[in-house]
Amino acid sequence: MNKKPLVAALLLATLSGATQAATAYISNEKDNTLSVLDLDTWTVTDTIDVGERPRGIELSKDKTKLYICASDSDTVQVLDLATHKIIANLPSGEDPEQFALAPDGRMLYISNEDDALVTVVDTETHEVVAQIEVGVEPEGMAVSPDGRWAVNTTETTNMLHWIDTSTYELVENTLVDQRPRYVQFTPDGKQLWASSEIGGTVTVVDVDSRAVIKNITFEIKGIHPDKVQPVGVKLSADGRYAFVALGPANHVAVIDAKTFEVLEYLLVGRRVWQMAFTPDNKYLLTTNGVSGDVSVIDVDDLKVIKSVKVGRYPWGVVTVN
Amino acid sequence: MLKYARHLMLISGIISLSATAAPPPVNVDIAYIGQIVDQGPVLSNLIPEPDDAGAQGATLAIKDSNTTGRFLNQHYTLHESSSEDAKLLTESAKELYGKGVRLFILNTPADTLAQLRDALPMDSLLINAGSRDDALRTTQCLPGMLHTIPSRAMLADALAQWLIMRRWSRWMLIDGNTADDEAFAAAIKRAAKRFGGKVVEEKHWSFDTDLRRTAQQELPPFTMGKEYDVVVVADERGDFGEFLPYNTGLPRPVVGTQGLMPVGWHKMIEAWGAAQLQSRFEAQSGRWMNEKDYASWAAVRSIAEAVTRTGKADSASIKDYLLSDQFELAAFKGRKLNFRGWSGQLRQPIALVQPRALVSQSPQAGFLHPKTELDTLGYDEPESRCRVDR
Repeated sequence: MNKKPLVAALLLATLSGATQAATAYISNEKDNTLSVLDLDTWTVTDTIDVGERPRGIELSKDKTKLYICASDSDTVQVLDLATHKIIANLPSGEDPEQFALAPDGRMLYISNEDDALVTVVDTETHEVVAQIEVGVEPEGMAVSPDGRWAVNTTETTNMLHWIDTSTYELVENTLVDQRPRYVQFTPDGKQLWASSEIGGTVTVVDVDSRAVIKNITFEIKGIHPDKVQPVGVKLSADGRYAFVALGPANHVAVIDAKTFEVLEYLLVGRRVWQMAFTPDNKYLLTTNGVSGDVSVIDVDDLKVIKSVKVGRYPWGVVTVN
Repeated sequence: MLKYARHLMLISGIISLSATAAPPPVNVDIAYIGQIVDQGPVLSNLIPEPDDAGAQGATLAIKDSNTTGRFLNQHYTLHESSSEDAKLLTESAKELYGKGVRLFILNTPADTLAQLRDALPMDSLLINAGSRDDALRTTQCLPGMLHTIPSRAMLADALAQWLIMRRWSRWMLIDGNTADDEAFAAAIKRAAKRFGGKVVEEKHWSFDTDLRRTAQQELPPFTMGKEYDVVVVADERGDFGEFLPYNTGLPRPVVGTQGLMPVGWHKMIEAWGAAQLQSRFEAQSGRWMNEKDYASWAAVRSIAEAVTRTGKADSASIKDYLLSDQFELAAFKGRKLNFRGWSGQLRQPIALVQPRALVSQSPQAGFLHPKTELDTLGYDEPESRCRVDR
């Protein structure tokens, strides 16, 4: 799969080792590549060939590897960040789209969109540990900071499925608005934020009681409410803000994470999808599928300062020091 | 392609649902009544329409709904009855009613819908997933009937908006021999008036030559006349229209029932998660999902959404919910769908496709409406006598 000559790979390894620059990796769904973005110079420094239709990506806890959902190759690939080489293909179940790593860095929870399953893979032994039946079109996946819960969203069933990670059993379901896409725990693990793309809302759930605390709605002047479609959600580490990518509305909503009030709408590229903070938490990067670029938001000023062209249909983004 | 599916099948024991406090069971029985229509002999008969168009969509939606139902202790059963004979279908619908079925998905022509409405008591909810007939949405108004398949007016309006957006406003309109062709042509003429198109010339196809051999001789002179931007063809059963593209007298595109087509669903729709629905459907049925399949799928999914949200499965509660502000259906068209309170028509975007690509989706930007631009497609409230929500 990786056709790059060894010499080039070694050279890259030397370069990236020498500079220590913060880097972002962006999966390009329709190019079967990852773009490597230097966060000091805001330039794309490398493009890596990966499996077919790469979507969700996640960093290993030791920050040496990247896990990539190669949806149409039906595998999760493991990329060595030092060499930019694919070093393993994990069994993932069919059509993996999003996944989440347990806090211990070992168990990977994968949504299998075509099979109505969540697959749990041990990243050390590369074995499937469990498969859990969920609703139709599993999509979003998150593991709570304490490792107790894995939560999966199913887009056509419209539920959050709560999986007990000690037994791999589904123990509770929360009905939310149409087409839940993405889930994210707050850093303190007390709340779960879930976006509903077609419902146009973000639901905040209390983790202890699994009760809905708040349904956040959005309103942007000049954009029909049906086109405001929340997808990616990111919560700032200081607990101050929540950022919600609004898909074809081409805006990111900034929400006060305490009062749930929408503070601002920031105009970004077209069909904004997923987001990631830079390692210093100063900037938030957004992937914009239709415009094929990444927007850079200054988190203190709440301003969009830059956009950088990447591949076709950028989907996921992670950053690493 | 790396395939791990087989490997996964071997690991023992997919962990199934554990018992949380289960809500009381709800059983939902849905009838699918499908009439297989003999289209008569056509010239372009190389790719026949599948006989199970519609039924496969309903079957998939039942599967989808049962996957969701497992978590709520709800179980969905489809009772399918398909035949060429309208009388037989009416009998089996009555029989199902006798057994307690109150929810009916109907994929039949308009006259059979009227017979079924007469035959079934008023406490049955009927969803039309087969007839595009505009009269059903404007004047005929069969009581308590909803429609998930787009009307001809919606299709024609979707096409017209795009033609106007492209500034291709001079149309040569050609229709075929059937009443359906005439109805499609009428919808095109109405759309021209609404959006500023001009039918510069109307022609009627009545030749009986075999066009597979003589299209290049017959059609170029037939499509000469006044200057036009496009040829709009109204040939619903695909008799001659397939031969029009590349055989027009002027070098112009062909749109309508062939060429660039407005459709409720098509293989070429892949955005908004549609790729997942397409692949589920293809795995089940071994063929592409079409507009009839989608209409039946949407009908069953609408019912299931009402049952999921309300916990009730009686036809009156379902109908109330479907026509309420709360109802919204995520249906792979990029925005939530709901029903019009007057005609019972499912509001939905319309795709414009050519056989191998999605070209656009209407409503087009700039066609405004005080409530929702989806209502720029088809008959709006003041233009319809129906009031299905009363």
